[in-house]
Amino acid sequence: MATPTISTRPSSPTPRPKKKELPYPLNIYQTAVGKKWVMAVTGIGLLGFVFAHMLGNLKIFIGEVEEDGVLVQDIDVYAEFLREIGEPLFPHGSVLWLMRLGLIAMFALHIHAAYTLNKLNNSSNVRYQQKTDWLASNFASRTMRYTGPIMLAYIIWHLADLTWGFTDALYSNDGAAGPATGEWHHGDVYANLHGSLGNPISAIIYIVANMALALHIFHGAWSMFQSLGINNPRYNAARRYFAAGFAGLIFVGNVSIVIATMADWV
Amino acid sequence: MTETATLDSKVPEGPMAEKWDNHKFKIKLVNPANKRKFRILVVGTGLAGSSAAATLAELGYDVEAFTFHDTPRRAHSIAAQGGINAAKNYQNDGDSVHRLFYDTVKGGDYRSREANVHRLAQVSVDIIDQMAAQGVPFAREYGGLLDNRSFGGAQVSRTFYARGQTGQQLLLGAYQQMMRQVGLGKVKLHTRMDMQELVMKDGEAVGIVCRNLVTGEISSHSGHAVVLATGGYGNVFYLSTNAMSCNVTAAWRAHRKGAFFANPSYTQIHPTCIPAADEFQSKLTLMSESLRNDGRIWVPRDPDEKRIAADIPEAERYYFLEEKYPAFGNLVPRDVASRNAKTVVDQGLGVGPLKNGVYLDFAESISRDGLDKVWERYSNLFEMYERITGEDPRETPMRIYPATHYTMGGLWVDYNLMTTIPGLYAAGEANFSDHGANRLGASALMQGLADGYFVLPYTIGDSLAPKLGTAPVSLDDEVFIEAETEVRDRISKFLSIKGTKSPDYFHRELGKLVWNYIGMERDQNGLEKAISEIRALQEEFWTDLRVLGGTDTINSSLEKAGRVADFFELGELMARDALNRAESCGGHFRSESQTPEGEALRNDEDFAHVSAWQWIDENTPQVEHREQLDFVEVPLTQRSYK
Amino acid sequence: MSANTLSLTLQIWRQEGPNTTGAFETHNVSGIPDDASFLEMLDVLNENLIEAGKIPIEFPHDCREGICGTCGVMINGRAHGQEKGTAVCQLHMRKFNDGDTIAIEPWRATAFPVIKDLVVDRSALDHIVASGGFVSAPTGTAADANDTPIPKEVADSAMDAAACIGCGACVAACPNSAGQLFTSAKLWHLNSLPQGQPERFRRTEAMVDTMESFFGSCTNHGECSEACPKEISLDFIAYMNRDYVKSKVFNRKLASQK
Ligand SMILES: Cc1cc2nc3c(=O)[nH]c(=O)nc-3n(C[C@H](O)[C@H](O)[C@H](O)COP(=O)(O)OP(=O)(O)OC[C@H]3O[C@@H](n4cnc5c(N)ncnc54)[C@H](O)[C@@H]3O)c2cc1C
Ligand code: HEM
Ligand code: FES
Repeated sequence: MATPTISTRPSSPTPRPKKKELPYPLNIYQTAVGKKWVMAVTGIGLLGFVFAHMLGNLKIFIGEVEEDGVLVQDIDVYAEFLREIGEPLFPHGSVLWLMRLGLIAMFALHIHAAYTLNKLNNSSNVRYQQKTDWLASNFASRTMRYTGPIMLAYIIWHLADLTWGFTDALYSNDGAAGPATGEWHHGDVYANLHGSLGNPISAIIYIVANMALALHIFHGAWSMFQSLGINNPRYNAARRYFAAGFAGLIFVGNVSIVIATMADWV
Repeated sequence: MTETATLDSKVPEGPMAEKWDNHKFKIKLVNPANKRKFRILVVGTGLAGSSAAATLAELGYDVEAFTFHDTPRRAHSIAAQGGINAAKNYQNDGDSVHRLFYDTVKGGDYRSREANVHRLAQVSVDIIDQMAAQGVPFAREYGGLLDNRSFGGAQVSRTFYARGQTGQQLLLGAYQQMMRQVGLGKVKLHTRMDMQELVMKDGEAVGIVCRNLVTGEISSHSGHAVVLATGGYGNVFYLSTNAMSCNVTAAWRAHRKGAFFANPSYTQIHPTCIPAADEFQSKLTLMSESLRNDGRIWVPRDPDEKRIAADIPEAERYYFLEEKYPAFGNLVPRDVASRNAKTVVDQGLGVGPLKNGVYLDFAESISRDGLDKVWERYSNLFEMYERITGEDPRETPMRIYPATHYTMGGLWVDYNLMTTIPGLYAAGEANFSDHGANRLGASALMQGLADGYFVLPYTIGDSLAPKLGTAPVSLDDEVFIEAETEVRDRISKFLSIKGTKSPDYFHRELGKLVWNYIGMERDQNGLEKAISEIRALQEEFWTDLRVLGGTDTINSSLEKAGRVADFFELGELMARDALNRAESCGGHFRSESQTPEGEALRNDEDFAHVSAWQWIDENTPQVEHREQLDFVEVPLTQRSYK
Repeated sequence: MSANTLSLTLQIWRQEGPNTTGAFETHNVSGIPDDASFLEMLDVLNENLIEAGKIPIEFPHDCREGICGTCGVMINGRAHGQEKGTAVCQLHMRKFNDGDTIAIEPWRATAFPVIKDLVVDRSALDHIVASGGFVSAPTGTAADANDTPIPKEVADSAMDAAACIGCGACVAACPNSAGQLFTSAKLWHLNSLPQGQPERFRRTEAMVDTMESFFGSCTNHGECSEACPKEISLDFIAYMNRDYVKSKVFNRKLASQK
């Protein structure tokens, strides 16, 4: 842009200095609209992950199946299956690692974008001195910046708890369903889960985190359509239903696992 | 005292239809490479100003644009609702440049300059093309072509419109075109800059002095030519349909520096506005004239009527327009409708709590066409009415009353749009040029854009060409220093009076005088009274004004004081102009000059002229000059709507 | 129509200038007819203040019929007050009750610095337009207007977007102070019309980039559209996002414009 030739005075706002433009496609990510686009795309990936993850976990309701003549928990079969994807073309566990890397990249981008946009918004906004009367935004949309970090913290906890077993000191299980466990065993998802959820504090963490997740999805899965420019007045109403439905499904699905495990129904 | 010698309208020779082309061929041109050596100051960025600034910059001139608004898009042009005329004949109903020209001269009641009007009709066609190319979302037919409507009683459909927001869309078009030049660095835009003085050197306009409305800083700007596109002065009435900040300051400062002010008494009163609700009313809202197509206007016959409208039987209703003008009925022209409403209200027949309106009743059309049809046509107007008054026009009749809407008078300009000060031009509502004594609906937008896009950018070269090689006058020149001092003195004068009454108080009182004596109906007695009462109030103003606050920040009381001071002088001149014009014509109705049926009676023998007033000094009344008007193409006839 | 009058307690933000801190000031007004508009109520207050020798309150206003976009303040937590689709100049006192307390604050955003009291600087919006909010059609170059037929639906939709009055309520109401609704409305107005096609993507990039140099980003809360006196649709923001990413992704030298 040429030099702006609108007379300026002490009250005039100063534009933020323009950053040097990076080569394509990085330049997309340099702008806020582009960042939101990246957020939406990674959001979709994460939605897919959350959905698949939930489906997999629901296998806990299948209970024991026979494998190679031995009765094992189906969920443990599933966990092993994940490691075997791509075999024998790829070594054991490698494809899962690739998927994990993809997931980590999506999280990293999503979180970095969330952080920088949040910073931009904070520097653009001046708070009112009176109570603002929100009309269109909802609790979910206004708390994206909180439900996100809550989930981040939760994910770390979740990994520590079940993937790495750092927290198995907290495990407690009376053994009503399956063996009593006080410590974490690699690959024994079923037992670890019962161990972890045997502790009510841990169960509460899982439930609260899923509430945050549901809220995040309730707004996010609607918002991503707008960010991507997917807007057709004919179907616009469906976007809201989709988001609400998705959020509800994930919440019910995940929480049912928690409750069923706690109640030793599975 | 009258003189004619000084007014040269510079109307080109030749047949009417060829005058403009001949003229464009003959006027002096500035070579494209030289255009950037000329700096042009455009004051006002409404339709006329934005379009002029954009076009001049496109041509290559160095343009600086000034507006007291915070952005050009706020100019009062934004408020025009109805539409814009153009002789496109897209409806194939026999329209033509000649017909638009003819209608405009006749509509102006034979008090406009034929050659200017003809040019206006000619370029009207280009305006629509230009605005469509700018992306103005004009209303369209399903086939994708432009839609037209008939407006203000015209016999053809030549009005283009964009919903009820034509002025907004046109202004945004012109504003965007100018902002493109701002972005390109070709136009320097000064917002919140109020022109306070015109600077003259050796009898020519060489610059302006402005006050920065945010910082209070007084600054000078110099250029090779100055264009005033500063709008109309309807706010001299206090209550009008104009935006609160419309004023006469820029034009008046120029007038005091020698620019003649033409036909100040020609003001247009619009019949369908919402009447004032209380003493705190700050402005009046226009309801589109189209409502008169379906609404019937009446008042109760009994001045003491207490019943609500629906309960008053047919026989006790006075449909005054239908009774007096059986042929045109409720569709008589604006001035006739307005005057008759005033007559019945003055007789004590007015309706509403303040008895200051007449009914505009849709009951009959609702029962005839059905509520849906009527709602479809007027829903936005009905909603607007309800928002303002809290009444639903579907249930109770609207109340309407006339209000000031447009000012035909303004700075006198020649065919080139140059005022009597060399180098000073006036465009849009600020000049007097094309509407004579009355303006047709949808013609003001047309004129503003005609001036700004298609006339001024070409005619301005005529006065610039001889100045090639000269630099704009230096800001250190004493003429600028003096002008700045004048402005500072004036401002400190307002602050130093330290009286008891606010600028708004004086404005309101002045408005009452102007409305009562120089409003819809004028007579000698009232006009003489107006002059003496305005003077008395003006004296009070200069001794009892209270302006608080400082000069180094935004201070709307201070701004207002300046506006009101100028309105006082203008109001007096309006009265004197109306007094001198002892005939009725267009929006100017002298009760001494009417037909036995009470219609306006023109006197072409004595008054077929423009009255242009010259400022002498503070203590001497302005002198009237006359430009004789000749009607060659459109023969003089008396209007009749019986 | 009634002749009721109201007495009100007003908490109005007063601020000397852009670099000073402001505070609420409490004023009482009485005898306000309920037919008066909100701004006329402020007129009355100002007349009272002047009479009492106090400096009147600066508030933005001009046309007072909801079209110029000058007016705009935060009233009881809502931009332009509680009436939907109504600019504050069109808000009437009959919508309030006798004895109400009304808080009045200027628009707030880093890009809208307070000039004085309730008046803010909205020139950032002009910068957005100057960077690309136009069709480059110099005067005198236009072909006959009917040479380019435009489907009525397209013209109507462009008009829906073009109805924006530039008041800045969208920014004021947005928790992020984003300029998306304003920018996208102008973009859709021009990008949807045939006249706007040649510059469509250049315009989108330029305007978005300028917007982002002043304003926050969009979280799709929808407060803007809700506050908008012209009820401009949120859909336009989606169209803007689409055009923006398209313009970044496609190489227009090689790919076609669309
Ligand atoms: C309610 C209403 C409805 C209307 N409807 C129609 C219609 O349907 N059709 C039609 O043809 N006409 C209509 N008109 C008339 C028409 O809108 C105006 O006559 C026309 O827009 C005037 O344009 P302009 O450019 O001359 O002035 P304006 O648009 O008034 O612009 C004046 C400019 O000058 C600036 N200015 C003034 N003084 C100074 C100063 N001292 N220093 C710096 N800047 C200054 C202002 O900031 C502004 O930018 C209507 C008018 C009203 C009031
Ligand atoms: C499984 C995890 C997650 C899913 C499924 C998810 C999904 C989404 C989706 C779909 C959006 C909408 C994007 C858009 O509007 O275009 C979104 C927005 C957002 N996400 Fe996430 N997200 C997840 C994790 C996170 C985490 C860990 C954080 C933060 C640390 C986070 C912070 C945000 C924020 C702040 C927004 C709003 C951004 C804005 O519009 O300003 N999210 N998320
Ligand atoms: S004052 Fe013009 S929109 Fe409110």
